[in-house]
Amino acid sequence: MKYAYYPGCSLESTAREYDLSAQAVCQSLGIELKEMHDWSCCGASSGHSTNYMLSHALAARNLAIAEKEGLDIAVACPACFLRLKHTRHAMMNSDELKAQMAESIGSRCEATSDISHLLDIVCNKVGIDTVKTKVTKPLSRLKVASYYGCFLVRPPKVVTFDDPENPQSMDILMDSLGADAVDWSGKVDCCGGSLALTRRDIVIKLVGELMNVAKGAGAEAIVTACPLCQANLDSRQGKDTLPVFYFTELMGLAMGLQGPKSWFKKHLVNPSGLLKSHGLL
Amino acid sequence: MSLRRWGINTIEFIDQPGSQTADSAFSQKVRELSRSDLDRCYQCLTCSLGCPVAFAMDYRPNQVMRMVQLGQKQKLLESSTIWICAGCETCVTRCPNEVNILGVMDTLREMALREKVEGKEKVIPTFHQTFLYPVEKLGKQYELGMLLLLKLRTKDFFSDLGLGMKMFARRKLKLFPSKIKASKEMKTIFEKTRGV
Ligand code: SF4
Ligand code: SF4
Repeated sequence: MKYAYYPGCSLESTAREYDLSAQAVCQSLGIELKEMHDWSCCGASSGHSTNYMLSHALAARNLAIAEKEGLDIAVACPACFLRLKHTRHAMMNSDELKAQMAESIGSRCEATSDISHLLDIVCNKVGIDTVKTKVTKPLSRLKVASYYGCFLVRPPKVVTFDDPENPQSMDILMDSLGADAVDWSGKVDCCGGSLALTRRDIVIKLVGELMNVAKGAGAEAIVTACPLCQANLDSRQGKDTLPVFYFTELMGLAMGLQGPKSWFKKHLVNPSGLLKSHGLL
Repeated sequence: MSLRRWGINTIEFIDQPGSQTADSAFSQKVRELSRSDLDRCYQCLTCSLGCPVAFAMDYRPNQVMRMVQLGQKQKLLESSTIWICAGCETCVTRCPNEVNILGVMDTLREMALREKVEGKEKVIPTFHQTFLYPVEKLGKQYELGMLLLLKLRTKDFFSDLGLGMKMFARRKLKLFPSKIKASKEMKTIFEKTRGV
């Protein structure tokens, strides 16, 4: 199983631990992640919020690279994932846009490479049964709230992954690791995304509400698949904090891989107390 | 049950006669650029009830649809709503009429920038433009540089300093930028799409 890997900018900085844990987990599961040659930023919210054509061109440049490599794309960050998906969707439905993209990026792209998020690859291409065979240190019923955020499952016509209102993949994955995924209503609620740097007031309110719902459902930690969600939840939750993990970190822990301790050092909310109390560190 | 319970005034202040002259060319342009059949909107409020940031908006998403139909260009381009929309796609997912509400928001933002409209929300558009600066020059995001530039541009030097230090201590912010090999291609991409 080989993919052109698109880490996205956050994974080189604020979400380093996501990149390290994702690479370790994929290697152990036999997923070959070949980093896309000379990939560039997808433009994130700032691209589509300011210039429609630019946002597609920024994504199309990367689609073209994978296409030349003849590989499907594995994406780690849901914001990048949605940008690439949007552009592929739009290009497949418009020859005019394909022509415009060829003009902007300087090479023809047919948008043939499929795009999947790592969570989808782990749950549906590798499969939960295979994941289970790799678990050597079950997570002792650690109660986690699976937090998908906005971009992984919406809009369904574009991303075509899981249910847009009540997704299950991450919950099933967490259960298979020996954790206990709590039932809660915040799964796809927005954390405020990139407003974190401009309207802290809004993000603090949204994160506060999410944390209350998670705590009310009995969660001891949050698990996410998104660098933006992780950063917002980790940094803006105020008092009485819960650790916020990437799903790949918990996979690495349950699979007994090298590295979890160094990944967790990068968190703002230190998870070691909780993990020790469950005999997991 | 009154929708006021959720702080929703549906259309009362946007349908005021004579409050603004209708600009039908504007309505038409938004329809085209957003690639959305927004006349299908029947004001069911699903978008606004599910919008996570509606509480902070001056006009709710359903009102925005109505205002576009009515050609209320100036109010829209100056509104805080268009910048506060977090792009979460909840409304798009739920609209029973498949109106691309987020596409409309994006179109309005782009119009406001192109026409250099000074609106109520100044920091968010500055943020987006600052975010794209390293992308254009380097092909990748450079958080530390971007954050410093944002502080300069918004003259807000003190907020989140503590958070920044914590991130830095955990090596979550790269000290030096990285640049892609084909950075010239980025220049072309930005140039070619600037005028479109
Ligand atoms: S959900 Fe759709 S139809 Fe309903 S008010 Fe919003 S845009 Fe109009
Ligand atoms: S995309 Fe914008 S308008 Fe739609 S629900 Fe999300 S924040 Fe609200």
